Amino acid sequence: MIEFLNSIQNSLIYKNFFLVLSGLDNTILLLLISLPLGFVLALLFALGRVSKITLLSRTIASYIFVIRGTPLLVQIYLIYFGLGSVKFIRESFLWYALKEPFWCGVIALTINTVAYGAEIFRGGIQSIEKSQVESGLSLGFGKFLLLRKIILPIAIRKVLPSYGNELILMVKATSLVSLTTYMEMTGIARKIMAKTFAPVEAFIAAGILYLFLNFLMVQFVKYLEWKYNPHLRLNN
Amino acid sequence: MFKFDKLVFGDAGWGDEFLIATFMTLLVSILSMGLGLFLAIITVWAKIIQNRITRFIANFYTTVIRGVPELLVIYLIFFGGNAVVMSIAKVFGYNKYIELNALTIATIAIAVISATYSSEVLRASYLAISKGQIEAARALGMNKFSIFFKVISPQVVRHALPGIGNVWQITLKDTSLISVTGLVEIMRQSRISSNVEHSPLTFLITAAILYLCLTTISGRIFKTLEVNYSKGFST
Repeated sequence: MIEFLNSIQNSLIYKNFFLVLSGLDNTILLLLISLPLGFVLALLFALGRVSKITLLSRTIASYIFVIRGTPLLVQIYLIYFGLGSVKFIRESFLWYALKEPFWCGVIALTINTVAYGAEIFRGGIQSIEKSQVESGLSLGFGKFLLLRKIILPIAIRKVLPSYGNELILMVKATSLVSLTTYMEMTGIARKIMAKTFAPVEAFIAAGILYLFLNFLMVQFVKYLEWKYNPHLRLNN
Repeated sequence: MFKFDKLVFGDAGWGDEFLIATFMTLLVSILSMGLGLFLAIITVWAKIIQNRITRFIANFYTTVIRGVPELLVIYLIFFGGNAVVMSIAKVFGYNKYIELNALTIATIAIAVISATYSSEVLRASYLAISKGQIEAARALGMNKFSIFFKVISPQVVRHALPGIGNVWQITLKDTSLISVTGLVEIMRQSRISSNVEHSPLTFLITAAILYLCLTTISGRIFKTLEVNYSKGFST
């Protein structure tokens, strides 16, 4: 038994697991900033998208079109390599953020998730029945109150499953930030691979951690769905 | 800052290189989409036949691949694929060093990823076919093959087209990750060009525009196909 435990402790996967684990906080840090920021901005963008101001709606529509039509990798590279090559950005205050791969990753991930999230929320807002808005209006709700009490709660509740999908895609997307020398889990796994020439062991260790992270995300979304859909619960 | 004059065709610019790279991206996307659909059909089949083992394997495959970043899957297949192929070859008594070329690895890696998405789409559209139709076909004395080709697949295609269109867009964008393996597609080409010309902004914007064109045009094509396939159905 002890021999068996020792052999596990000496195995590469076991050692790599803890090495990769040390990059977990960097991955989570990326998510902790870009996901809440992306959520708020996506809501605002969705509201702008469905607003009657044509210019605003058109601008946001084209923003969504461009971001959804290009790979995230292009966006990350554009921000990290592209903006860094512009002289006046290097001399401005923006450079404090853009010289760090971490902030480039956060900006790129946020820009990306806002486009997808706005489209999801737009679907939710547009699927609200007219009668619910009208009944709110007939009760004398103002525009802001209507939004806060009727439109947003119903819309967010409706889109929770698809927004949960987007959250999982974001967890996976953080791995791309490793290509800008940022050392999160994929970056560390790649470094281990380069050191030990044991690719399978290194990437399986990282894969297990990503699976675990996504599992937590799924549970979180399930909890939210349970919490905000009290009328759909089978037994109260 | 911008050097868009470097995008001319011929020896002075990168225009023709980018054109070839675009075709490479398209080639990888189409090949891996095709292989992915083939894998997806097998996965769906494994899930819908009443067999615990195949269903477990198929579920394990889709859950794991969809829960792990695409980049990790590509790294795993790129760095680990050779070893797997060589160990299989060893079983057959072939002991020399085998190296898969970049296109093969890229196609397999992207196909493995895209198959998981396709399989969900195909499974949903298979389940959308009402049981009565299959029973009716059986009552008419059709055998399994003609039921599959004459009753099931035409309807699956119609139901699945919008979803498959989405998977195609994802696949097309995922091919940008293949640049880490050294295959010269749009992303890799833009990195090479920007390293030579010291103007990343130019070539990255070029890459973005090329991807945008590809996704938009293929989106249009899928729209047309959808209209074609849903003729006679009011949707």
